[in-house]
This record gives sequence, C-alpha cells and structure tokens, in this order.
Amino acid sequence: MTGARQRRRRSTAAASGPAGDPLPEPFATWFRTRGWTPRAHQLALIEASSARRSTLLIAPTGAGKTLAGFLPSLVRLSGPRREKRGAGLKVLYISPLKALATDVARNLTAPITEMGLKIRTETRTGDTSLARRQRQRVKPPDILLTTPEQVALLLSHGDAHHLFADLDTVILDELHALAASKRGDLLALDLARLGNFAREPVMTIGLSATVARPSELRAYLVAQTEPEHVRLMSDVIDAGTGAKPDVTILEAREPLPWSGHSARYAMAEIYAALKRHRLAIVFVNTRMQAELVFQELWRINDDGLAIGLHHGSLEAGRRRKVEAAMASGALRAVVATSTLDLGIDWGDVDLVIHVGAPKGASRFTQRIGRANHRLDEPSRALLVPSNRFEVLECRAALEAANEGAQDAVLSRTGALDVLAQHVLGMACAGPVHPDALFDEVRRAAPYSDLDRRTFDRVVDFVATGGYALKSYDRFAKLRPGDDGMLRIAHPRIAQQYRLNVGTIVDSPVIRVRLLGSRRAMRSAGKPGTLAGGRVLGEIDEYFIEQLRPGDTFVFAGEVVRFEGLRETEAFVSRTSATDPMIPSYGGGKFPLSTHLAFRVRRMLADRSGWDALPALVAEWLSLQAERSELPGVDDVLVETFPRDRRHYLVAYPFEGRLAHQTLGMLLTRRLERIGARPLGFVANDYGLSLWCDADLSQMIADRAFDLGSLFSVDMLGDDLDAWLAQSSMMKRTFRIAAVIAGLIERRHPGREKSGRQVTMSTDLVYDVLRRHDPGHILLEAAWRDAATGLLDVARLGEFLSRIEGRVRHVALPRVSPLSVPILLEIGREMVAHSAREHVLRDAAEALIREATG
Amino acid sequence: MLQLKPDRLGIDDFVDQPVVVCGKAFRADMSGALYWPAERALIVADLHLEKGSAFAGRGQMLPPYDTRDTLDRLARVIDRYRAETVIALGDSFHDAEGPSRMHADDLQRLRLMQDHCEWIWITGNHDPAATGHLGGHVRDEITVEGLRLCHEPGPARTTHEIAGHLHPAAKVVLNGLTLRRPCFVGNSLRLILPAFGSYTGGLNVMDEAFGSMFASERMAVWLLGQEGLYPVATRLLRPD
Repeated sequence: MTGARQRRRRSTAAASGPAGDPLPEPFATWFRTRGWTPRAHQLALIEASSARRSTLLIAPTGAGKTLAGFLPSLVRLSGPRREKRGAGLKVLYISPLKALATDVARNLTAPITEMGLKIRTETRTGDTSLARRQRQRVKPPDILLTTPEQVALLLSHGDAHHLFADLDTVILDELHALAASKRGDLLALDLARLGNFAREPVMTIGLSATVARPSELRAYLVAQTEPEHVRLMSDVIDAGTGAKPDVTILEAREPLPWSGHSARYAMAEIYAALKRHRLAIVFVNTRMQAELVFQELWRINDDGLAIGLHHGSLEAGRRRKVEAAMASGALRAVVATSTLDLGIDWGDVDLVIHVGAPKGASRFTQRIGRANHRLDEPSRALLVPSNRFEVLECRAALEAANEGAQDAVLSRTGALDVLAQHVLGMACAGPVHPDALFDEVRRAAPYSDLDRRTFDRVVDFVATGGYALKSYDRFAKLRPGDDGMLRIAHPRIAQQYRLNVGTIVDSPVIRVRLLGSRRAMRSAGKPGTLAGGRVLGEIDEYFIEQLRPGDTFVFAGEVVRFEGLRETEAFVSRTSATDPMIPSYGGGKFPLSTHLAFRVRRMLADRSGWDALPALVAEWLSLQAERSELPGVDDVLVETFPRDRRHYLVAYPFEGRLAHQTLGMLLTRRLERIGARPLGFVANDYGLSLWCDADLSQMIADRAFDLGSLFSVDMLGDDLDAWLAQSSMMKRTFRIAAVIAGLIERRHPGREKSGRQVTMSTDLVYDVLRRHDPGHILLEAAWRDAATGLLDVARLGEFLSRIEGRVRHVALPRVSPLSVPILLEIGREMVAHSAREHVLRDAAEALIREATG
Repeated sequence: MLQLKPDRLGIDDFVDQPVVVCGKAFRADMSGALYWPAERALIVADLHLEKGSAFAGRGQMLPPYDTRDTLDRLARVIDRYRAETVIALGDSFHDAEGPSRMHADDLQRLRLMQDHCEWIWITGNHDPAATGHLGGHVRDEITVEGLRLCHEPGPARTTHEIAGHLHPAAKVVLNGLTLRRPCFVGNSLRLILPAFGSYTGGLNVMDEAFGSMFASERMAVWLLGQEGLYPVATRLLRPD
C-alpha cells in the first residue's frame, strides 16, 4: 500500500517538515515496507509536535495510538541532536501499569532497530534492579518508560533538575484510566514540577480512549498558569471511532436466574462460543466471579481447550505466564477481571465475552476493544447477563456502545493526602519556598482551585502534624530557614519518604501458599509446622478470618483445603472437595454508572421497548406492572409489603451499590427514630430493601411518618455525620489517607508491621483525632474521599435532590416481582451495618443464659 | 468465677461486670479499669502516656491528644466509682522521657486527680523511673489483702495476682462479623487487665504468651465494647 503522502517523501532524515510532508525518512520507507499507510492522526501528532503544542490523542483501541504517541519523538531524536544541558533524558513515557510499560518498550524496539535509529530506550519500574536504577539517574536513556510512582521517586532526589533538564516530551498512556484518581493527582503534581526543571517547554502527549468530556484531560496536560482567570487546554486530535462493534446479548436455553452473578445457566453457550473462536477473553466483574466461571468452564471442557485465569489476586509470576501464553497463541480463552482492561496487546483476540453487566458504558467499550486490535474491523463481543436485572443493564450498555456514548467523569479536585506526600517529596529533593511551591502546585489542573490557606495547612501537616495543639514544633520534619526556604530536618526523613511514596494502599492481604500433599499430612492440625510451599496468590484477610482448618474454597483455579494461618500467610493443600466456598473479595466491584442507570430506568418506563427483551424478562416486568408499579425515569418507587411476619420497604433508586448502602444506613437510623424498629437491610446496584418489626404500610397510612421526609436530602447532614463517626468504611478511608499523607508508615516486605497492626493503630488515631481535633485536615481529606468513594455520598446527594417531592409509594399485600432479586441478596450479601455491638451483646447474653441455665 | 446478674439484661447492665479473684470481689469496667469496692481503689494498666509524642520524635506525627484522652477517660471512671485510690500497673508512660514531654494542661489534669486520690505508680518496663517526680508513690509492686498488684504477670500457675503488661485483646467471629477488642483475661485466681492508654494496641489472648499462663485451666474473657463490657465464651475466640 502506498499512500499519497509517501510519494512526496524527502530524501534525508530530518525533523518533521512542513504540513503535508510530515513523515521524513527513514520513517516513510519503514511504513511502506510494512505495507502501512500512516494514519491521519499519526501525522497530525507529528505536526503538533513540530509546533511543540501539547496534545490529547483520543483514539479507540487498535488505532495505533501508542505508535502515534512515540512517532514525533522518534522523528525528533533521529534528527540532529541539540547540545546536552543535563543528563540527556529526552522523552518520558508514563503508563499506569508496569506490564504496559514493559510491553510498549518491547514494541518500540521493532521500529528503532528496523530503521537503524540511534535511540536508547529503557524501562524503570519497581522491578528494575537497584544498580540499574542508580545508573539511570546518572546516565539515563533517550526514552525512559516508567510508572507515576517512579517519576515521584526520581523527583525526590537532589539531582532531579539535572536529570530532567533536557526533557522535551512526556507521553501519558491510558490517561483516561489515570487522570481521575489519586495516582493521577500525584502525577499531575509531578508534571508541574517537570515543567519547571526542563530548560525548554515540555510537550505533553496524552493518549486516551474515547471519553465523554475530553476537556478534563486536555486541561490535565497543560500547566494552568492563570488558574484564577482561565482553564487552559491542550490541543486535541480525535481519531474518530472505529468500526461499530458487533455485540450480541446471549440468549441461553436455560431460564435466566432471578439473582446471582455466576451465569452458570449460560456456561454451555459460552463454551460453544469459545470453541468457535481462536482466542477469547471472558471478562467478569469480580475476582470471585473469575474463579467461579473458570471452574464452571473446566467442568464442561470436554475438548480440553486451553483456558487460563487472570486476576489481581494471583501471584505476579502466574499472571505473567498466562499473558505470555496468550501472546504466543497457546491459549484459547482467558477468564479475566479488570487486570486485563488496559491497553496491553495480548495477541490475536477475536472474541470478547462479558459475563455479568459491564456497569459502565466506557468500561464496556474499552473491554470489547480488546477483540480485534485493528481499527477497521469490528470488535466481536458477546454479553452474558447473569440475572434478570442485568438483562436490562446489558441492553443499556449495548445501546450506549452503538451510539458511542460514554460515561461522564465528574471533574476532580486533587486529594489533600496526595498533596501532603508531594510537598514532603519536593522538600526531600532540596530546599523549597512555600510561595514557589504553591504556584507550581496550582499549575496542576486538579489543584488549580487550591487556596493558599488549605495549602499552608497541608504544609503545616507535613511539618508538624498540623494539629490545633502545637506541641510538636521541636520534632518538625520541615524547618524554615532565614531565607524562607523549607528544609527537611534530617536525611532520614527523605529515606522514610522514599519507602512510602505512591498512592496505592492495599487492604490487608494474606499470602496463600500451597503445601505439597505430604507436607499437608504432616502439618495436619499443627499450625507450628506450616512452612514453605508455592505461592498461589493473595487473598483478602477478612475472608481467611472466617475459615477454620479443613474448610475448602476455590482459589487460583483450584479447589483447596485451608490448613492454617501463620503470620501473614495462609497454608492450603489440594483437595477434591465437591462443594467448596467461593471467596468474595472486597475490591473490584464497580457500581453501576449514572449514565447506564438512567438508560435502565428509561427502558423500564417505556413499555413499547419491552418486545425487544427476552420473553422471560418482558413477562417479569409485565407482572410487576400488574401487581405493583414500575419505577419511573425521574422519580423513585417505594414498595412496602409484609412477608414472613416482617415488614419490608423496597426502593429502586438505580444509583449503584455504594450509594444504596449509604442510603440503607441512613434510612435505618431514621426508621429507628420514628419507631419502626428496623432489623436490617441489603442493597444491590438497582435498589435496596429494609425490613422492620413495625407495619410500615400501616404507619404510612396512619401518617405516622411521611415518605417524602424519610427520603429528604437533609439526611446527608447530621444523620450522616453521626453514622460516619463510627463507620468502618470511614475508618478505612481514613487509614488510606493517613498512609498516603505519611502519618502512618506503609508496610514493607520483610520489615513490615502486619496489616492488622496498622488497621488497629489508625482506628485508634482516628477516634482520638475526631474527639480532640475534628477540624483536622486529614479528617477533611478522608471525608472528601468518602463522599466520592466508598460511600458515594456525592451520588446519593444528587439522587435525593432529584427525587424531592417525587417519592411514589405503593403498599402491597405481598412481595412484588421486581423486588425478588433484591430480597434474594439477603444472606448472600453481608449486611453492612453497625450491628457489631449487638452481636457482642447477643454473645454475652447467650453466655450468661448458658451459665445461669 | 463468673458472678451472674439477674436475668433481666438492660443496657446499663453491661457498663461493668462482676469479677472475683481469690475470693475478692471486683467490678471490671467497660473502660478497661478494674474497681475494688472493698479498698475503694481503681486499678488501671498500661496508660502509655505520651506515646504520640514518642512517635513524633521519630517522624510520625500522631495526633498529640492521646495523653489528655487517656487522662480524661481515667477521670471519668474515677468519678463513676468515687475511687479514693488509683493504682497504675506500670508502663504509665510510653518511655522514660514521657513526663518531661507532657503538656502543661495535661500535667494539670493529672495533678487535679492526684489531689483527690491516693496515687500509686507501679513501675513497668517502659517507664522504670519515669514517674518519680510526678507525685504519688512509686513502687515495683504492692500487695493488698494478699493480692499482688504488679506490672508483668508471673509464670504459669501463679495465683493471687493482678497484672498488666500484655495488652490482652480477643478476636471473636460471630454471624460473619469479626471483632477484635481489648479484653480482661483471667481465671478465678489471677487477672490481667487490658491496656488503658488511648494508643495502645493488643495481643491476642490465643497467643502463646497467654497459653502458657493459663495452661490447661479455663480462661475467662471480657471484651471491651463501645457501650459495655461483655463476657464471651472461650469457644468463640479466634487466633489472629
């Protein structure tokens, strides 16, 4: 293939030429010999580079995004070099994943060696040897591929200004995945600093999948030099959407279950689909589902297809093996969670199966993009709803994919714990002046609205803890000099900082080791003898806590027997037990996006569209319309009915599990106050159900309380505060903020405190701080996080305002069809409420009764 | 050793629990303190005052309120029982320099309590001589009514002893909920108090340190809750 552009190629290698002739030699020839035509967006980016304009490149997966990102730099570096002023590092590539950085480095070698370019590239991750990392600071390559944490580490050294003096380009891959997170906040701060070190303006190139609001990412890429007046934005190149994906929703012969997430009913069809394709990825939403689907597929794997498993709890070595097997074509299918979401090119995937609803339109687009890594061919995907509600959600996701619609990401305010970490890091690099640092920090888009008072409080926090009671001045970590510059008080502080850098704080996990059968026999019942064994991966502590030796569960694709726990390791042995438990994992569950929720509500309200639904689902909805009512687009439906001597209240907000859990807690408090004697609640992505002793229908009829005020938005005030004070989710959020901000030291392999000890001490610290210094900046930071994170207060607030005066109540004589899937969660979902004290009291009363008999 | 209450159990019934050691009657309080009605004495263990500032000295700026938090809680429990004597079973300060780092307000708090109560500091491993100039008597251990009150508990089969030092905590799993809280642990002949300090962690009573102490005898555990003190059956206890 020879495009028009190649015919007018230039004969000498040089920096990119004028518009219309942008691809110099040897690049033009290289493209031609590969049979490729440079894509319009690749050329446009080279042009943007010659004007040194920071640019966001939006392209669907498979559009040659990564190559496009590097082309301008390769062209520049193949031309005449400018004189070195620093260590000589020219290009920094930053990816959210270590594996992605390594993968991209590998893909870069091909063009560089084939064109005979004299360009040195290296990766730098947590896995890079210490010697190599040391050397990289002194003699860096031309192009360094790395992660945000490594950038923060490099910037904390005194030689950073020398290292980055020659920097001219920063490439940020998968920016959509990075920007709206604490990691993104830290990286934004680091970019602001890099901009200060480089002798010439740095061009930033952001590579992103399609997003609903590109302006957020465009602002992220450029320094906000006038935060008071204007939000500056980078250029943007949109490569357009690729071919429309070819997505179908699976309709199985077996009836759709009422609830659950295993999709067991559809395994035969999923297996048949695997057989028809070369390489399929089976995406699921949680690690628990991954284990389960993997088990189910192998159970019926009569043809012995090579099916692999990939999720975040598996040991890294095992994951690497599966990745390599995918790339080499040795596998036919991989069951995976979001660890495979990001843009790693794992090989020739020709089908993506999505088990369970995808929860968000953008995630769905990203995942189906994994099939057919070529822009001009449609991706093939099969959606498998695992219960009736999910049929609606899958339809909504499909509609959104066909329209190319994306979830809007709320604009983000930079986290204060991250800022605290950054302030310390900058002081570790050398003396900093607060005024200069404040100006620099505000150039980072997430912090452009930061006010000076908050900044000063953060600096004060870093220096002395920032407490109202000023008793730590003599221990200050940062000390101001006569020149107004802040210096770290001791070199040890820099060492501590470097061990604690980063924003990823894991909840306590337990390493799982597999004992050989003989060792397992020997150690039976004797935890003292547990030792050795191959590492299978890591599992959440709280799951292990519920096990007794002898219990069996599924892990890493095997059925194992729990032998015992020793320090932070759980020992298991192989077993052939037939009814193992499936671990449920705390992480990895995404709540339903606002955008998909709206589509689901619209679908429910519009009866004319029901014909398109599977017959079983349409019948279910008709039955609901007959017996009760359907949720509307803009209101909230509340049903009350008696069942089994209890009285239920079911609401259908469609705002996602996290917001529903918070709502459930708050409603419980209010119902308690009005004497309805609530006993518990459960929540899923679609709605929530509370059950009480008192007859709710009767109470509402008697006007004992009013549903409108039950759901009034003021519950986000005092009720929320009172509940939060003791909420374990709030404590967890506080712990994360405390670690990131450096109040509590991070765990380190070898010399770590156990996760439990950390959990204990931050809980104590939280209680004391809340009682004596409720306005402390770290409590404020944790509260902000909780509002958008685990508690989703932000979303709940929007919901409550939206439905003000629009609560529609139906009193029913019995359970409604629509409520069944939610009620079925009872017993399956752990009831998230503060019943711990009651549990203790029950235990004590039981003991007392037992003894008094 | 469990003395039992009438079968009507109300909220207030869990504020404290009756405990008997070698025939002497005590009330174990939900705060972690032990009251001895016959002696009008309140016994607390492991206050670890100034732990926050000890950490701050090493670069971890924990909130500096632990001392006043601990002292405030102590004042409340003294008031509740109208105790006339306070016996602190050692490790009252996190380190030997602790008293010199105390905030003037906190010193004032302590003095006020000492004005109203006879005060006995038992020395511990963290604070061998720290409490010398703080008022009150300083002793390695004392014996009252045949009971030895000391910091470190003695070996297996020791009797007639009330001690601290180990920071006992218990973990129970009930209805899928896991709880780990400080606790009193003992048998009818000896008792170990939970750490009273606001920043003190805990050692699981299933740890070997306790196993050797209560050997094969039955051990009784009272868990500190938010609203009460709860006796818990040993079969519900779990190791970490």
